[in-house]
Amino acid sequence: MNNAIIIGQYVPGNSLVHRLDPRMKITIIFLFVIFVFFANNVLSYSILTSFAIITTAITKIPFRFILKGLTPVWFLIIFTFLLHLIVTKEGIILFDILGFKVYSGALIQGFAISLRFFLLILITSLLTLTTTPIEITDAIEDILHPLKKIKFPVHELALMMSISLRFIPTLLQETDKISKAQASRGVDFRTGPIRDRIKAVVPLLVPLFVSAFKRAEELAMAMEARGYQGGEGRTKLRELKIRKLDIYVFLVFLLVIAGMFYTRNY
Amino acid sequence: MREKFIEFRNVSFRYGDNEPWVLKNVSFDIYKDEWVAIIGHNGSGKSTIAKLMNGLLYPQEGEIIINGLPVNDKHVWEIRKFVGMVFQNPDNQFVGTTVQDDVAFGMENRGVPREEMILRIEEVLKAVRMEEYRLTEPHRLSGGQKQRAAIAGVLAIKPEVLILDEATAMLDPRGRKEIMQTVAEIQQQSEISLITITHDLQEVVKAERVIVMNNGKVWDEAKPREIFAKKDELRKIGLDVPFVAVLADELIQNGIMIKNEPLDHDEILEELWTLHSKM
Ligand SMILES: Nc1ncnc2c1ncn2[C@@H]1O[C@H](COP(=O)(O)OP(=O)(O)O)[C@@H](O)[C@H]1O
Ligand SMILES: [Mg+2]
Repeated sequence: MNNAIIIGQYVPGNSLVHRLDPRMKITIIFLFVIFVFFANNVLSYSILTSFAIITTAITKIPFRFILKGLTPVWFLIIFTFLLHLIVTKEGIILFDILGFKVYSGALIQGFAISLRFFLLILITSLLTLTTTPIEITDAIEDILHPLKKIKFPVHELALMMSISLRFIPTLLQETDKISKAQASRGVDFRTGPIRDRIKAVVPLLVPLFVSAFKRAEELAMAMEARGYQGGEGRTKLRELKIRKLDIYVFLVFLLVIAGMFYTRNY
Repeated sequence: MREKFIEFRNVSFRYGDNEPWVLKNVSFDIYKDEWVAIIGHNGSGKSTIAKLMNGLLYPQEGEIIINGLPVNDKHVWEIRKFVGMVFQNPDNQFVGTTVQDDVAFGMENRGVPREEMILRIEEVLKAVRMEEYRLTEPHRLSGGQKQRAAIAGVLAIKPEVLILDEATAMLDPRGRKEIMQTVAEIQQQSEISLITITHDLQEVVKAERVIVMNNGKVWDEAKPREIFAKKDELRKIGLDVPFVAVLADELIQNGIMIKNEPLDHDEILEELWTLHSKM
């Protein structure tokens, strides 16, 4: 069961996007998310859309896979579109369905907002699709590094994240084992009335919590035995490095953004 | 005589002021480059001894000296640099998200430079035969593989003593064999003191010396062969006697001469074979 649940939906690969420094990816995505709101006409939207689609193509992750992953979001996108059709009353009346008038401005705006929404989701999901959770953790630790000055526990936070990542599969395995053991005793929380199901979750959660606390205690002891004394004076095996490739990609991105701003006035 | 590495001097320990004494006046020495097995029933105080050796606990009475340093708040981090420990539960000591990250953990804590870490990771993973699993995540490893990764992580900090606290107890027979073999190889190849803690008599045969614990006291201290000969008493203090030893006993009772207490199948076979050839 564990193999089916991929944390953060990371899809292994060796594409240009996969190999980019995670901090660079986060920076680009962050800027992209901001600049999406500056697009204001067909041309500027086309530039951003092309950028998003080309980037997706470079990852070599099948489009269908990504779109399927966005299923829950589709609903929101379509909802936004319909909302605009109803609310906005600008431009000329395009058609009239049973007394309900659809304006041209509504169609355009509905489309633009939905597209914007779609681009945001697509580009942010590319981060988790092409970056391992541990890389993201390392990147966050590095990006937050300056906060150490104001005593923000950056190292501890990153360590907590990485330990959580390490234990998620273990705890899932354990949940599976306990739920099977309970099922064999007749406790069934997959079927039946909701009240019974909630009741049945208790014998699943209690042993899970007990074991999680035991694990935490033993892990803390093992870490201490292995010389862990906090972040001071620690070196790191995993290393983030901005390479030429990252710089080139960033320049290309800046060009795209410049192009978008240039076409805004058309 | 070899150099003393760990000394327990009249050590007594309890987990709280109102708790019973877990260790009572325990004294023993462990020498450099020696393999000592500590055996005892569940709750006899073995893990407590292990934790005392690493400064995870401090004794209320008596003194523990490791490599000339008394174990106390002042020296504990120094001591942890040369005392490596592997625990019983393979999962609850695996910190990294991959084997290589986990092996690096101890080195990272000690500020080993990155280039050095990369070299040592390769070296120690070879020593435990886990080279191919460098990038594997823990949930894709067997228990035995996780324990070997843990051993690699300890070896990477170049300890002078390696303590395995029932490191095989949660493994299947194959995993057990893998670990015992790995450990024996390490002991042969490096100058490291080895302390294997177990409640399985079968695992003490390769040790040079065995310390038997019973209810928080040192019950006996002898060579594996001498320990094996005390089957009945061992049973009384809650230890399972291995099949080979039982078989040897029965053979003797039935009038078959067995001179040396056999430790494993090969040895008993050897005894029987030479016996037969003399007839
Ligand atoms: N954290 C603890 N708090 C209180 N008592 C403990 C604790 N850990 C162990 N004990 C008790 O100390 C005794 C010895 O335990 P331990 O050293 O773990 O034995 P062993 O490893 O030989 O099984 C047991 O009776 C156990 O119940
Ligand atoms: Mg124990």
